[in-house]
Amino acid sequence: MCKCALLLCAAAALAQSPKYGVGRTPTPGEIRQWDISVRPDGKNLPSGRGSVAEGKEIYAKRCSKCHGDSGQGGDSVPLVGGRGTLNTSKPLKTVESYWPYATTLFDYINRAMPFKSPGMLSTNQVYDVTAYVLFLGKIVPENAVLDADSLAKIRMPNRDGFVPDPRPDVKR
Amino acid sequence: MERKPRIRRRQWLGATALGATLAACRRDVPVEDEGPRMLGATVRAYGERSPYETAARALDDERFLEASQTRTPLGESAGILTPSSLHYERHHSGVPRIDPAEHRLLIHGMVGRPLLFTVEDLRRLPSVSRIYFLECSGNSGAEWGSKPAPTAQMSHGLASCSEWTGVPLSLLLAEVAVQKDAKWIVAEGADACKMQRSLPISKAMDDILVAWGQNGEALRPEQGYPLRLFVPGWEGNVSVKWLRRILVAEEPTMGRDETSKYTDLMPDGTARIFTFPMEAKSLITYPSGGHKLKPGFCEITGLAWSGRGLIRRVEVSPDGGRTWSDAALQEPRLPKAFTRFRLPWRWDGGIAELQSRCTDETGYVQPAREALTAVRGVKSTYHYNGVKAWMVAADGSVSHV
Repeated sequence: MCKCALLLCAAAALAQSPKYGVGRTPTPGEIRQWDISVRPDGKNLPSGRGSVAEGKEIYAKRCSKCHGDSGQGGDSVPLVGGRGTLNTSKPLKTVESYWPYATTLFDYINRAMPFKSPGMLSTNQVYDVTAYVLFLGKIVPENAVLDADSLAKIRMPNRDGFVPDPRPDVKR
Repeated sequence: MERKPRIRRRQWLGATALGATLAACRRDVPVEDEGPRMLGATVRAYGERSPYETAARALDDERFLEASQTRTPLGESAGILTPSSLHYERHHSGVPRIDPAEHRLLIHGMVGRPLLFTVEDLRRLPSVSRIYFLECSGNSGAEWGSKPAPTAQMSHGLASCSEWTGVPLSLLLAEVAVQKDAKWIVAEGADACKMQRSLPISKAMDDILVAWGQNGEALRPEQGYPLRLFVPGWEGNVSVKWLRRILVAEEPTMGRDETSKYTDLMPDGTARIFTFPMEAKSLITYPSGGHKLKPGFCEITGLAWSGRGLIRRVEVSPDGGRTWSDAALQEPRLPKAFTRFRLPWRWDGGIAELQSRCTDETGYVQPAREALTAVRGVKSTYHYNGVKAWMVAADGSVSHV
């Protein structure tokens, strides 16, 4: 009986144990520090908050040179405009007209913007700029204050605009 | 038995020495042509090509060269492999300089035990080497519009083919004990924008590599040194470079590069999302835009590839698609790799329109441009794989159609 139990335990441990045993277990702190991916349901949004008013100031200093004073674009892509153009001969794809999730905007500003010095904005400042760009796109009102909860609840204009890949879809 | 070849060699040397002496006495051999006499260059630690060779990647005229691309000179390509120095590039926030001793790969999320690997850890694990093409889904995108690019390099040069060496991702996922309800992975790079893409776990368990080697040496910095994901047959953007993190998740993260970019806008205003495979495509690389033909014999040659597997057939038309001939497919023919095709031809000095079209092992035939645009319109940006034509003019110059 005792031997059998021991063998079963050993077998279970073997199934659970890594085959090569290479690499080490990261600490919870290491994982937290690296895991910045925000999900469309708001999961993993950090705590913090931001307003359109604060965002306007940061945007003027850090974003307007490339994206234009009111998000119309410049050295880089436009952020707003283009609603209703996606099915025309001149579609304009912007945060306002095309992006399906507001969480993506937070995630991208947080990981990659400003282009030449990503990571310089604090969490609250990322919420600020997110709020301001959404305001420029007429998606949130001027008095909007965003946090993890309210950002995840925003419904983007093109939320239902995406379809799965049907290919192969073309016959010669 | 062993002596015989030696005797033969001496006899041969004697005969050639005699022949050379006799030739030197003949009046029609110029006295100054006495063969190579100059002492050559010394041996060197890392090779360079001949200074007479000039094929190079082409840069685009863009404002931010950290978020730009270079294109492989396919019009000058030989065989199926692309030298690492000529492999196309696409970066979103520059090429980071990474010390491999400092680099880590974290695998976490829906796993039994998260793990942190050093590069040295990964190189201890069983690896495989595979020859695969890599292609940006924006490759040949100019063909959607009314101004096709003038050369093979500018139209189709966001595609290259290398031998990649790395650890199967399935092995690493087994090490971390992926939970059974996990459906996606999210791969993230160590570049300034921390580029991320979501991929279905079924592909991760199939043929994805965590690659550290390319063409017999370490990855080049612009190809993700010291580690990159390599996702065979799928759009290049998902082969995340400078790989530092893999999150195992229940759903995709819907990052910027899988929603606002790398989605394909259709004429009705909807957009296709997660359009991963690169469909079958072929390109005549010689003669192609910018080349100049002489009348007489000409070997038409080019490349064909499919993200769904092997190339089964390539047909070539010398007359704008009226008649087609099967080209010879050069071995080795490998799944999800470039296949080189060749067809002997005589250019008679008249105007000719050269086209190629390929068929892959699924039976899929590369479509004509008209068939493609009839379904997808001209604004989908990505995944253009229509038949490409080159025009040979009466003076032998070759241009796009």
